Amino acid sequence: MKFENFDSRSKWKISRIMAYSVLAVWAFTTVYPFFWVIINSFRVRGEIRSDSFSIPWPWTDSFTLDNYTTAFERSDIFNAYANSLVISACVTLTVVILAGFAAYGMVRYRFKAQKLLYSVVIASMMFPVFSTIIPVFRMEFAWGIANTGKVPLSLLSVILPQIAGNLSFSIIVLMGFIRSLPVELEESAFLDGCSIFKIYFKIVLPVAKPSFATIAIFTFLWSYNDLFTQMFFLRYRDEHTVTMLLNEISSQAGVNYGLMAAAVVLVVVPVLIVYVCLQKNIIKGMTAGAIKG
Amino acid sequence: MNSTIYKRKFPLIIFLVPAFLFMAVFLYYPFIMNIINSISNISDLGAPANGMNQPWYQNYIRMFEDPLMATAVKNTLILMGATIVFQVGTALLLALLVDRIRKGSQFFRTVYFFPIVISATALGLLFNLVFLYNGGMLNQLRAAFGAAQYIDWKGEAHFMFTMLAPVMWQYVGFYFVIIVTGLNNISTEVYEAAELDGACCLKRVRYITLPLLRNVLCTCLVLAVTGALKVFDLPWVMMGAGIPMDKSWLTGTYMYNQTFLRHDVDYSSAIAIVIVVLGVVISKIANTVFKEKDY
Repeated sequence: MKFENFDSRSKWKISRIMAYSVLAVWAFTTVYPFFWVIINSFRVRGEIRSDSFSIPWPWTDSFTLDNYTTAFERSDIFNAYANSLVISACVTLTVVILAGFAAYGMVRYRFKAQKLLYSVVIASMMFPVFSTIIPVFRMEFAWGIANTGKVPLSLLSVILPQIAGNLSFSIIVLMGFIRSLPVELEESAFLDGCSIFKIYFKIVLPVAKPSFATIAIFTFLWSYNDLFTQMFFLRYRDEHTVTMLLNEISSQAGVNYGLMAAAVVLVVVPVLIVYVCLQKNIIKGMTAGAIKG
Repeated sequence: MNSTIYKRKFPLIIFLVPAFLFMAVFLYYPFIMNIINSISNISDLGAPANGMNQPWYQNYIRMFEDPLMATAVKNTLILMGATIVFQVGTALLLALLVDRIRKGSQFFRTVYFFPIVISATALGLLFNLVFLYNGGMLNQLRAAFGAAQYIDWKGEAHFMFTMLAPVMWQYVGFYFVIIVTGLNNISTEVYEAAELDGACCLKRVRYITLPLLRNVLCTCLVLAVTGALKVFDLPWVMMGAGIPMDKSWLTGTYMYNQTFLRHDVDYSSAIAIVIVVLGVVISKIANTVFKEKDY
């Protein structure tokens, strides 16, 4: 830009610095709370309420692991992790299979009810979970799945509605991706004698792997974090999931704030690790689904 | 496209039936049942209905007379407004700023998005510690700057801020990423032309960026409205049973409370219907006001 004189260039520089500082301030507000809760989960009792900003280095008196030992003693945290993992893994697996099938069928085939089914998928994203959960509970109660006190059945009673709740988002994301694939590849495989199902598993699935990864991550996180459905269906101690345990610890901890901090860290850390490893897939998938939905 | 290999329709049944069966059984059937439940008389979650309510719209009348429901709707509308102004507003500001810098935009994207993947329950506990009366993060900070008295963040004067701020904070990154994607789609030629015409900085934003972002912002708006109706976890963990003094109910938390603490199943079904109606009506209004345009 040759018209630029010194004055406007320095103005540009100042505005750049201002942009960076505002962005940095917001970044600070998103990162610092997590940092703060992590350092305080290692702090000895009592000091949190007076001196929560310093770092409790391991060689000082402020450092302790007590909060974590108490968290493990007071609650069966491994059982909760196991329950959460079973629920989220089952939901994710089923959603990936069913949504993949449905998206493939919806994109590649032409049939009469196509438009209608597409609106069915879109509309179901609008239902808040509040509007379906009571009848689902009553239905599952009538089937003898919900509120039985048997752990596997109770987990199943959470898994089923969570699958339904995640399908539409996943179908929409996958449809967008499968539509962009060239159909010629599938046609040539067909000429080589592959059946439609073989084409799906041998060609479409491998090519669409990144978007399958995106919906899998999303479904998993959503299911892991979904307190409302879990609270509705899981009542007994040995059915508890990580999120529910957290909710319970918070109500029992009273003034033991170190314990609360440790509980938060125990839930957040697995997600943090997953996020750092997979953040590109996550952000891409979330916005893709949101804009098309 | 309609490839010849997809002429035989038989496999289609296997592809579509399982997914749509799930949606029919666990979304559409319950949704219709919920409408019926809201006009029936049900004594407990597992109990069958004892016929219809007399008159059938009893629950809806009751809702108009229920002061707590009025509070819940009012708070939800405030939440909605705050979501639009602060969440989408902050996200827009940050996105416009990130558009101006060259280095580090990927970093900001990652950091801003992070709170969204964390469970709202964990965030609720985290913010309970932040807003703690006796020695929470904020009150300690205030004390460090010489404030003599602690602020009761969950008291009557501040509960709205305490309830809304974490919800706002959590989802800014979501709208940020959507808006940044929209900004990237605006071609640099438009800006260059504007520069030749002498449009600078704020003018450029006002007359070029915002109009071109209209559709993206419209999407954000609808998402913000429907999202605000779905908020549950954070307020539930932080404010529990409507503290202080039944003032902080939202439609979602109030409905949960009616189901489990009051065992009033048909009334909470009616509340759920109102939540859906609110969502549809308000997003329709948002859509007509900020109608999508093609440029």
